[in-house]
Amino acid sequence: MLADKDRIFTNLYGQHDFGLKGAKSRGDWDGTKDILAKGREWIINEVKTSGLRGRGGAGFSTGVKWSFMPKEVGARPHFLVVNADEGEPGTCKDREILRHDPHKLVEGCLIAGFAVQAHAAYIYVRGEFFREAEHLQAAIDQAREAGLIGKNACGSGWDFEVYVHRGMGAYVCGEESALIESLEGKKGQPRLKPPFPAGVGLYGCPTTVNNVESIAVVATILRRGATWFSSFGRPNNTGTKLFCISGHVNKPCNVEESMSIPLRELIEKHAGGVRGGWDNLLGIIPGGSSVPVLTKDVCDNVLMDFDALREVRSGLGTAAVIVMDKSTDIVKAIARLSYFYKHESCGQCTPCREGTGWMWRMMERMVSGEAEIEEIDMLDEVTRQVEGHTICALGDAAAWPIQGLIRNFRPEMERRILARRQARL
Amino acid sequence: MSLHREEPKSFSFDAETLVKAKQVIAKYPEGRSRSAVMPLLDLAQRQIGGWLPRAAMDYVAEYLGLDPIKVYEVAHFYTMYNTKPVGRHHVQVCTNLPCWLRGSDHVVSACKKTLGIGIGETTPDGQFTLSEVECAGACVNAPVAAINDDYFEDLDEESVTRVLEAIKRGEAPKPGPQNGRMNSAPLGGPTTLKGEG
Repeated sequence: MLADKDRIFTNLYGQHDFGLKGAKSRGDWDGTKDILAKGREWIINEVKTSGLRGRGGAGFSTGVKWSFMPKEVGARPHFLVVNADEGEPGTCKDREILRHDPHKLVEGCLIAGFAVQAHAAYIYVRGEFFREAEHLQAAIDQAREAGLIGKNACGSGWDFEVYVHRGMGAYVCGEESALIESLEGKKGQPRLKPPFPAGVGLYGCPTTVNNVESIAVVATILRRGATWFSSFGRPNNTGTKLFCISGHVNKPCNVEESMSIPLRELIEKHAGGVRGGWDNLLGIIPGGSSVPVLTKDVCDNVLMDFDALREVRSGLGTAAVIVMDKSTDIVKAIARLSYFYKHESCGQCTPCREGTGWMWRMMERMVSGEAEIEEIDMLDEVTRQVEGHTICALGDAAAWPIQGLIRNFRPEMERRILARRQARL
Repeated sequence: MSLHREEPKSFSFDAETLVKAKQVIAKYPEGRSRSAVMPLLDLAQRQIGGWLPRAAMDYVAEYLGLDPIKVYEVAHFYTMYNTKPVGRHHVQVCTNLPCWLRGSDHVVSACKKTLGIGIGETTPDGQFTLSEVECAGACVNAPVAAINDDYFEDLDEESVTRVLEAIKRGEAPKPGPQNGRMNSAPLGGPTTLKGEG
């Protein structure tokens, strides 16, 4: 188990003061000027070396992403945008950073902003997180008053402002280009890529978009060293990570653990185990609603990291672990997610706008069993006509849970259809 | 949009909102005030008491120098803008998977019973509106309901009823977990970060 001294988010549960005084006592804003003095190349290299992969779901190297920004600032200013539009079902980690450790995020913004040569960061906070946005704004105001951001931030010679922009309830705005559209005051509909935000982002300017957790860990990584961070987890899956454990466990919770921790150990050590014992487990969605469900035999041994979960045809996603015991109607559970994606489709691409409705309606037939056996394959076919045929990944996210259901729980789907048919005869 | 409803004919920011509106616009670069459309619509909605009549959208459009349609499409795209009136207390129960697994169906039925209304309805006295919402992003504290700006967490039939009855009596029940736990730490106490610090 990760030792407390190696945990980054030491106020995860809000036991202590979230404000500047409390944050400084936990080591935030310590020597920030010296970090900046080492230069942007050193910062970017150190973050690359640490192995930090984006914590918002896609898992792309944060340092490499920063290096995509233009080396010279031209006529267009650079921007840093932080994605705090947390809304992937199962995921509630960024909320804790916003309300309990906001200074980690603000300090991270300064360092990341400096590294990509931005003088301004916009933090896009989902609208429902009203109280969380208040804490974040308070932290920003404190930092500005203390000269940590603003003109000549931390005495570094770099001017840097941080602004909060609240969303208003649209899951799709968690997609980076939809988020940028929304920040510009438009409907949150994803942009066709390329161009990527590093070339043409906010207001047509070079922009880096990072998840809250990715930015909030940066200062600690640079203070303690890339080697320290990369000593946790397996190669290519390094660091510590916030996990959200929800559903049928005895004690649902958020916890910071080492990457690559075995799934079973994570649940038994921190969440009080599966309700009714490990053998009462039906399946687990290991990385937020978009990734395919795992069956118990896979859960027995799988590690919680990007590569291990990809090998079992699922994904780490946001590391939101949704546990379902044997009392769960698994078909209904996935149908609920299908309804969610139908509700959240922005309507821009036809395969997603129409396909999410189709998938949800077919899933409802699977729930009641009022379908033909052949429809299972038809449903699978529909998911494949949506997957990969849309501008953003929402279509994929709607398709994958159903594909996972069919792959892992097909006998249950068939059983229902046959039982229903027999009841009719 | 439907115009069959009785809507206010005009709207303007009051003095307090005007101050906030100026602060909002100052966040965005010169010439990028369109970025302020979402926060300004939110300010308008708050001033009115929870919803956005068309007059408010038109006012925001004029305030920012935008075509009204650009404001309408924003107001209709995002679910947190209410285009019809809501009660003083907007009870929004999450029923997405993590909440459902932990009994959000019971929370919804307790809300219906206590308030005497269905989903999407408002009590005759205008005090409560009940809505079902998608993932609230507090999944390890499921089931969750947002009442206006506050989250009430770890709910069951009994605790959500208690919260609603308290609000009915004009009290302000304490938000957060309703089962005595500390935020998102495991019930009974954290397994980590137990030392002082």
